[in-house]
Order: sequence, then structure tokens, then C-alpha cells
Amino acid sequence: MVLQRIVKPKTQQGKRFLEKREPKLVENDKQAMFIKGGNTSSVVSQALKELYVLKKQNSVTYKRKNILRPFEDETPLEFFAKKTDASLFMFGSHNKKRPNNLVLGRFFDFHILDMIELGIDKFVSQAEFPGGKCPEGTKPCLMFAGETFEQDVEYQRLKNLLIDFFRGPVVSQVRLAGLEHVIMVTATEGKILIRNYRVLLKKSGSRTPRIELEEIGPSLDLTLRRVKLASDDLYKRSLKQPKTVKPRKKKNVSHDAFGSKLGNIHMQKQSLDKLQTRKMKGLKAQKRKSQSEARQSSAKRSKGVDT
Amino acid sequence: MADLVERVLQEAAERESHYKTIEVHKDIELEIDPGNLLTVDTNPLDATKLKKNREEYLKSLARDNTQLLINTLWQLPTEKVDEAIVVKLPDPKTPIPREKPVPKDKALTKWQQYAQLKGIQKRKKSRMMWDDQSKEWKPRWGYKRGNDDTQEWCIEVPDNAEDPNVDLFAKKNKEKKERVAKNELQRLRNIARSQKSKVPGVGLTPTEAPSKDYLGKALALARKSTASIGKFTDKLPTEKPSKHTGKKRKFEPNYGDVERESKKQLKILNHIQNRIPIVNTTKAANRHIMEEQRSRARRRREEDGGKQKGGKNKGGGGKKKGGFKAGKKGKAGGKKR
Repeated sequence: MVLQRIVKPKTQQGKRFLEKREPKLVENDKQAMFIKGGNTSSVVSQALKELYVLKKQNSVTYKRKNILRPFEDETPLEFFAKKTDASLFMFGSHNKKRPNNLVLGRFFDFHILDMIELGIDKFVSQAEFPGGKCPEGTKPCLMFAGETFEQDVEYQRLKNLLIDFFRGPVVSQVRLAGLEHVIMVTATEGKILIRNYRVLLKKSGSRTPRIELEEIGPSLDLTLRRVKLASDDLYKRSLKQPKTVKPRKKKNVSHDAFGSKLGNIHMQKQSLDKLQTRKMKGLKAQKRKSQSEARQSSAKRSKGVDT
Repeated sequence: MADLVERVLQEAAERESHYKTIEVHKDIELEIDPGNLLTVDTNPLDATKLKKNREEYLKSLARDNTQLLINTLWQLPTEKVDEAIVVKLPDPKTPIPREKPVPKDKALTKWQQYAQLKGIQKRKKSRMMWDDQSKEWKPRWGYKRGNDDTQEWCIEVPDNAEDPNVDLFAKKNKEKKERVAKNELQRLRNIARSQKSKVPGVGLTPTEAPSKDYLGKALALARKSTASIGKFTDKLPTEKPSKHTGKKRKFEPNYGDVERESKKQLKILNHIQNRIPIVNTTKAANRHIMEEQRSRARRRREEDGGKQKGGKNKGGGGKKKGGFKAGKKGKAGGKKR
């Protein structure tokens, strides 16, 4: 047969599992993989561990030695992505040529879209900062600073990738008291500085609170190394949103300048023949009379036809 | 009056001295995306401060930007959910690539296409049905189903049976197996069609009264069903070439018949110059018939909508449909025979 055998899932559970992984109109939150390379320094493994904790609930670790070279061969990474249904990854390795190496990337349709290599120049662990930490799974506020993020194409993409990586679940509403975590990314003089802060809400005399920050770590000083970006065509394709997700224009509803809602109602023409008017005795009697008359006349007519 | 103004001013000054301000001044305004809780600061960084006291400077910068984000978030409409004040976020503005491509619409199966053309609607069958034998409600299918004719211990031999010694149980089993196989094949064909790959043929389904044409087809297939695709199959001395062998591609010789080639080219040229469109009559007729059927189905559907109950008892529409069905029945009957 021309066709290869197509296997249907045998159990309902298996079917659901496959359905979960199919492309969806409204997508689930992206899973991130944290992969330890063949050789890692303590700095890299600690960084991986702490960033994994930052992204927990939507992250998996590959803790064993994974001898991969993402920039040379992407297939094992894509295999991992398929296995865990993940579309973000961070790969850490350490060697003489590229000490303390982090590769940050994302997938589109289980193929590498962007991949950016960063070297860790300085790493300060969470443990070195006294004081409280943020609870797991808080949606962070992201701050980007520096002109480079606007000017350089690679930095622009890096910014987008970092937003994609750290923004957490996409939500329609957020608890005001839950805005606790701030990730600050600064680009300056060829360096990328990542800092994590905890938000303290203070009184300000008005409704909006005064913000104070407290550093909680981990903090990283990174330099940009190799970069592999998606072609414009592929990137554009990956940005394509389904038509149905866009809100449709509501018909017949409008708002005026005062903010009140106005609606148009389209009605059919009213037939005045069937309009129920006030019932009166006089009218009723007349009707009956006329009906009986009509009946008589029709009977006469029919008789006439017969004969 | 002056007293009052003085007092208010004093109070304000006191408050200001008591609390730190929430206002932040920036030369270039921040890009704020409240949907992602994101700010982008494009102001140039202060190089001297950055060099002198990096951590402090970064912290103050982060604080200012966070303050601006919080200021905008606090302006958004709030709601109370489970004793917590939540703010409704607008949709994220920053374009982020999707994880997987936008799902495509699933291709219709052959039956769905046909049903759509004819305006046949799906009707829901109830899960349980009345079983006359046991006098209770039983599931329509599956374990302990009602009206189960597979569990019968005896099957009556029909009066008009050709061969009364046929094992009717085995026959029933075989028919069921064939139906299952046919369904599986149709499923595969539907998948092949949806993926636009080559649609597998049905091959030959077994029949009890094969026609001449059918036998010819079977013979042609049997000839080819060897390891060497029929290359060494012997021929009968008076055998004609089979009609059912596939067409072979033929190529013109590279050199030779100049006259024929020029004729061919001239014919093409003539055709282009004349500009008379070629009419594929069969295709046109088929298209016309299809259009008619479609419009008829549409009309019937509209009538149904008007009557509301129309599905079961229709006058004209039903008759037309009956006519079509008769044709189908004929086909099905042919297979059964």
C-alpha cells in the first residue's frame, strides 16, 4: 500500500495525550527545558538550577551529562523538545574555548527558531542575598533598559527571546498584591546584566503604592557570543496568529461620547391587520353575523355549481 | 479663607515629607506593555554612575521603571475575586512567536462531503434502547448490548437458500470482518486524501457473481502478483493483451520524424491563434449536475427550516431524494448478490 500504517491511539487516555500536543488556536504556556551539557562548571550548573527554579511549573531539567553542541547539531535538542513538548531551552556547558556557556533558544513547530549563546562573566547565587525570596510561580514584571535593545537586531531578538522565556503564564487578570518579582535586564557596553528583585509596596499617601526593591538574586553578567536567528520569513510565519482569535467587530452595538451603550434593533414591519384592538361586544356580534352570512352565501353558490 | 489655604498647603507639605513620591520623570517615555507586565526603557544609561556604583544604579533604575509600571497597572479596572483585588490586564502587545503553527481545518471525509452536498444532517441516537427479549433497557452497542444477533445459538436457514449446508455462523463472521476491513480502508483513504498523498485503491473486493469485466481485472492483477511483477508470467497462445494493465509512459524519439513533429507544433500554434477554448464536455456536465444537486439540497434545507419538523415527512423533496436513493440501492444490491 502507498500509505504508511496510521496508528490510532488505542486508549482514551492516549488520545487525550496526543490531542494535548496538537497545535491549538489558543496556545498553552511554553515549557522550558534546562539542559546540562557534557561538562559544566559549578557556576553554570548553579545558574541552571536557579533559573530552573525561577521558571518552575513550566520547566523541566535534564540533569545528566548531555553531550550536545547546539550550534553544530540541533537534532538532539529537537528530539528533547518533542519528547517533553517544550519550546524553550537553556543549555549550559563549560569548556576552554567557551567557559561558562549558556545557550538560550526557542523552537517553532519542534524546529529551532532562535538560538543565542551567552557567556557568564559573573554569577551571584540566590543564597548570597539575605532576606526573603519570592514564592515559586509568581508572574514576574520584566524591565528592559538600554539603547542597544532598540538599535541592534541581535539584541532586539534577544529581548524578545528573554520576554518569551521569562514572562510566565499569559493571564487575563493578576492579583495586585501578587506583583512581587521584578526581572531587570540591562544592556550596556556589550554586556547584558540580569538582576532579580523583590517588590516591597510602601504607603505613598495616595491609592498607588510607593515601590521599593530588594535584590534577591540570582544575578548574572553575560556577554553575547554566537547567535543563530531565524530567517525573516520563518520568523514572520511563526508570528502568524489565527483569524478567529482576533476579536470580531460587534454589530449593532455602539457607544456614545458619554460611555453609555447603544444598541440598534432591526424589526420587521408590523402588520396592522393582526393588531389586537380593544375587544367590544358590538364588534363581536357583528363579526359573527357576517360570518354566518358568508357561510350561507357560499353554500348557495356551491349548490348552484352542482346543479 | 487664607487660613484654610495655608492649612491645606501645610498638610500637603507634611504628607510629602512623610512619604516618598510615586512620581518618576523620564526624558523618553517608557514603552509599557501591561499585558506582559513589561516595560522597555530606551533612555541612555548614565555611564559614570554605572561605573562607579553599578548595583545601586541598576536598583534605582529598576525601581523607577517598576514604579511607572505599577502606576499604570493601578489605573486599570479592578475586581474583587475571593477577597483579593485583581486587576484586569489588557491583551499582550509584544508579538511573541507561536509554539506551533496555526491549526488547519480538518479535511472532510468522503461521507461528510456527500452529506454536505445532499444536506443530510446527523441525528443523535440514544445510548440506551429497549430490548424486546429481556424486556429492559440495554445499551445500543458494546458490552451487554440489546438486540444482540451475534449471541444467537441458532440461525434459521432461509427457504430460498441456494445451499442449505452453508455454515451461517461462519458466513456472518466473515461478512462482519469484511465490513470492518472496508471501513479501515476507507479511513485510510480519507487520511490519504486529507494529506494529499496518493489515495490507495480498493483493489478487488470479493464477489459471488463476478462479471466478465471483473474477471478480466482479477486476471490482470493475478498476473502481476508475483515477485517479479509478472515479468515472467507465461501467456496463453491465443491470449489478447489485457485492458486493465496500466498505461505506460511513451516518449518521442530524439530524432527522426520531422514531419510529424512539425504537424504537432503547428496544431498547437493553430489552437493558440484560434483562441477557441477546449470544452471538456464530461467535466462540464458533471459540474452542472453537481451544481443542481447542491442547489436542490439547499432548497430542501431551507424548506426544512421553514417547516421545522420537515425532516421526516416531506412531499416533493422526499420524492426527489427517493429517486436518487434508488440508484444507490441498485449499486449496493449488486455488491450483495
